[in-house]
Amino acid sequence: MKLDSRIPQGPIETAWDNSRFEMKLVNPANKRKFTVIVVGSGLAGASAAASLGEMGYNVKCFCFQDSPRRAHSIAAQGGINAAKNYQNDGDSIYRLFYDTVKGGDFRAREYNVYRLAQNSVKIIDQCVAQGVPFAREYGGLLANRSFGGAQVSRTFYARGQTGQQLLIGAYQALEAQVATGRVTMYPRTEMLDLVVIDGKARGIITRNLVTGQIESHVADAVVLGTGGYGNVFYLSTNAKGSNCTAIWRAYKHGAAFGNPCFTQIHPTCIPVSGDYQSKLTLMSESLRNDGRIWVPKKVGDKRSPSQIPEDERDYYLERRYPSFGNLVPRDVASRAAKAVCDEGRGAGSGETALGVYLDFAESIKRLGRSTIEERYGNLFEMYERIAGEDPYKVPMRIYPAIHYTMGGLWVDYQLMSTIPGLFVAGEANFSDHGANRLGASALMQGLSDGYFVLPYTLGNYLAANKPDSLKTNAPEFAAAMDAVKDRSKQLLSIKGKRTVSSFHRELGKIIWDNCGMARNAEGLRGAISEVRALREEFWKDVNVPGSEGELNQQLENAGRVADFFELGELMCLDALERNESCGGHFREEYQTPDGEAMRDDENYQYVAAWEYKGEGNAPELHKEHLEFAYVHPAQRSYK
Amino acid sequence: MNLTLHVWRQKNTGSAGRMERYDATDVNPDMSFLEMLDVVNEGLISSGKEPIAFEHDCREGICGSCGFVINGIPHGPHKGTTVCQLHMRHFKDGDELFLEPWRAKAFPVVKDLVVDRGAFDRIIASGGYITARTGSAQDGNNIQIPKGAADSAMDAAACIGCGACVAACPNAAAALFTGAKISHLGLLPQGQAERDRRALGMVAQVNAEMFGTCTNVGECEAVCPKGISIEVIARMNADYLRASWKDRGARKESGE
Ligand SMILES: Cc1cc2nc3c(=O)[nH]c(=O)nc-3n(C[C@H](O)[C@H](O)[C@H](O)COP(=O)(O)OP(=O)(O)OC[C@H]3O[C@@H](n4cnc5c(N)ncnc54)[C@H](O)[C@@H]3O)c2cc1C
Ligand code: SF4
Ligand code: FES
Repeated sequence: MKLDSRIPQGPIETAWDNSRFEMKLVNPANKRKFTVIVVGSGLAGASAAASLGEMGYNVKCFCFQDSPRRAHSIAAQGGINAAKNYQNDGDSIYRLFYDTVKGGDFRAREYNVYRLAQNSVKIIDQCVAQGVPFAREYGGLLANRSFGGAQVSRTFYARGQTGQQLLIGAYQALEAQVATGRVTMYPRTEMLDLVVIDGKARGIITRNLVTGQIESHVADAVVLGTGGYGNVFYLSTNAKGSNCTAIWRAYKHGAAFGNPCFTQIHPTCIPVSGDYQSKLTLMSESLRNDGRIWVPKKVGDKRSPSQIPEDERDYYLERRYPSFGNLVPRDVASRAAKAVCDEGRGAGSGETALGVYLDFAESIKRLGRSTIEERYGNLFEMYERIAGEDPYKVPMRIYPAIHYTMGGLWVDYQLMSTIPGLFVAGEANFSDHGANRLGASALMQGLSDGYFVLPYTLGNYLAANKPDSLKTNAPEFAAAMDAVKDRSKQLLSIKGKRTVSSFHRELGKIIWDNCGMARNAEGLRGAISEVRALREEFWKDVNVPGSEGELNQQLENAGRVADFFELGELMCLDALERNESCGGHFREEYQTPDGEAMRDDENYQYVAAWEYKGEGNAPELHKEHLEFAYVHPAQRSYK
Repeated sequence: MNLTLHVWRQKNTGSAGRMERYDATDVNPDMSFLEMLDVVNEGLISSGKEPIAFEHDCREGICGSCGFVINGIPHGPHKGTTVCQLHMRHFKDGDELFLEPWRAKAFPVVKDLVVDRGAFDRIIASGGYITARTGSAQDGNNIQIPKGAADSAMDAAACIGCGACVAACPNAAAALFTGAKISHLGLLPQGQAERDRRALGMVAQVNAEMFGTCTNVGECEAVCPKGISIEVIARMNADYLRASWKDRGARKESGE
């Protein structure tokens, strides 16, 4: 395998314009002769499918939910960045580019990030035109808020439901194309395999989740916009159905997997309350503006927070990072919370006490309850609904949780994977965030990929590939269908003693403990063998009830968990191989004397792209060296 | 706490369903309703029985996947809350709960508590959008929108498409859902060009989908987890009426 990143030559400011000009075009009359499969209807998938439909391609779009509008992009709260400089506070495309490269701890491609910053401006225009009800100022102009990792105010938002409104905009554009017949939508349909013929992606195998029917779909190109793989940890802020199956199947057909160990942990989530817990809920980062974070100074102090006097509290972020205090970036805040809990000083009365206090008492005293209510009312309500405690009276308890995966399928500058004809967009690819993503940048990337990159690059690929008469009766489709059916049969026939969830939960704990907020070589080696053993047990002892030919949620989940086992192992291997700390990847062996991350640019300034080498063989590591011609790598400090 | 559940079990759309009784024991008050069902399901699987099928995804009250009727109320007794965000602390030991799928001709049962809400997507496809070809937009700040209009549009746009409004309505009408979209887009300057077409197209599709006729009962507003106001229905009716008049006038003129 040779990695060709197809990064354009020349000055970064004009690189994307020039490469668009050089791309081949498909004659308008020929567009409808090409079929494009888009798997996923989140921001990336829906925006791509709608735009390709408008252009005249014949599009088939797939999602596993009952409607494309329910993709997990819907849950994004905070906002979307764009370098509009509407606030006249010194923002620019170059500044957004700079912040994103630095925020990613110098592990992303400069040319990709620059293009992202350029497209950000057009995304806002597009979404406004569609009717996305962004927040407005009294004068009727678009409003902005600030977000972590930036000194300018460039985040656009629609209350606490920005993801919902952007997705509804893309979904409506998609449905408009469905009405014209240019897009066919396949809801409740799960992609279970990729079909590669003569080295090119030519179709997919799906399961109809209502009837259980296994079907083949042929196309001239395939786009995966299937989201992130945070659910490998079992507990995450992802939706229950979020999974890695589509990208994992593609990996097994030869698509390289980029930086699998780069995952993001969000510091402010509602902590786990019991072993029945099924998911974790994010509390917006904005709370850290007015809340003070603390834990008891004494180990094992089980008193309720109101009984712990001021001088027995440790405001550990303010103590360790006096200049940034409670507003240090996500990765730093998360690790600090873990450290105090590991010492046994976690907040709360439970056995494990995994949590820290986020206390508003002082700001309520200083600003008054009504100001706090105005700023965070809906968040306080949400907290009370879930935790059953009133945060106006009792400090919130929060703990870090898995939130986003920077890793994903490796793609070149044109978003094509190492399989020709297979394109990957949104969280499913590894592209623009390096080792750490800045807040409000994922929505931007998904829409940039779908609205403003794929429509050009996919055309460039198709223009060089004449439509042919390939049909689903080709032997490759039949073979792939048989393999998919066999796998379901096998899962159903084990009839063991343990449920799918019990395996998933155990896998998640292994990955969280060893490949989560802090990692070390010994733990990672141990995790690899634990995951292997558990996976073996899964295939011997899992109990999947029901049958194939019906709606069977347990079977769906079993297939997804089976893939998480394999991906979990690759994540640990990637983390073990990267002997440095950068962004969300913190290797305990590589830290400064005061516990900060230590990057090793000399040896690790690369993208790790893993190639599958067959069952039982070790995957092969390929390295894409990263160049920094514009933003000079420097150590991040928040002291 | 311990609860008794009576749950609608139905193998698929074609077959008949019935209520079945299950015990939910040692329920932790901090669990969500769906987590309580997860635990019941784990028990069913372990004892060789088929788990209860219910729809869910985000479990944060925003995707609109979840929803069933608890003791006659869509999404259960806690106002403004989807079942995934409903916590067991709102129930007490010994409670007897009846769980049923949304009941509406336009929402056929797929299995147990899962229904087919595809009709909602088809209503949106019939006009619930603003045409804005990718790349053709002007600068976002060229369209100034008074804060009040933007806020009201956002209120209507908050709909999650869950279908509770239909389930609560004695006529199984889709007026709150459809009105919410017509209001969201109709309140914005960008939505004016297609306003008439939108109202005509969406209302025609609602009728084609076997939803009932709205008689202003108001049950929909009471159960809507996102607090969509019944005002949106008035706005839809006004838009529809106006568009129909204009349409009739235009047809007369052209001699149709
Ligand atoms: C709680 C939360 C809050 C967030 N807040 C923000 C924020 O404020 N700002 C920000 O920029 N980012 C935020 N993010 C991140 C951001 O929302 C996501 O990264 C982004 O929306 C992902 O979009 P996507 O299109 O790549 O994938 P998704 O929206 O996850 O869509 C995946 C699609 O793929 C389909 N799919 C998956 N697997 C299959 C399969 N095998 N077969 C068929 N279909 C399949 C699904 O049905 C779905 O349609 C947040 C994330 C979370 C979880
Ligand atoms: S109007 Fe309310 S009840 Fe009806 S679909 Fe929308 S959110 Fe659900
Ligand atoms: S599961 Fe998403 S709204 Fe309840």
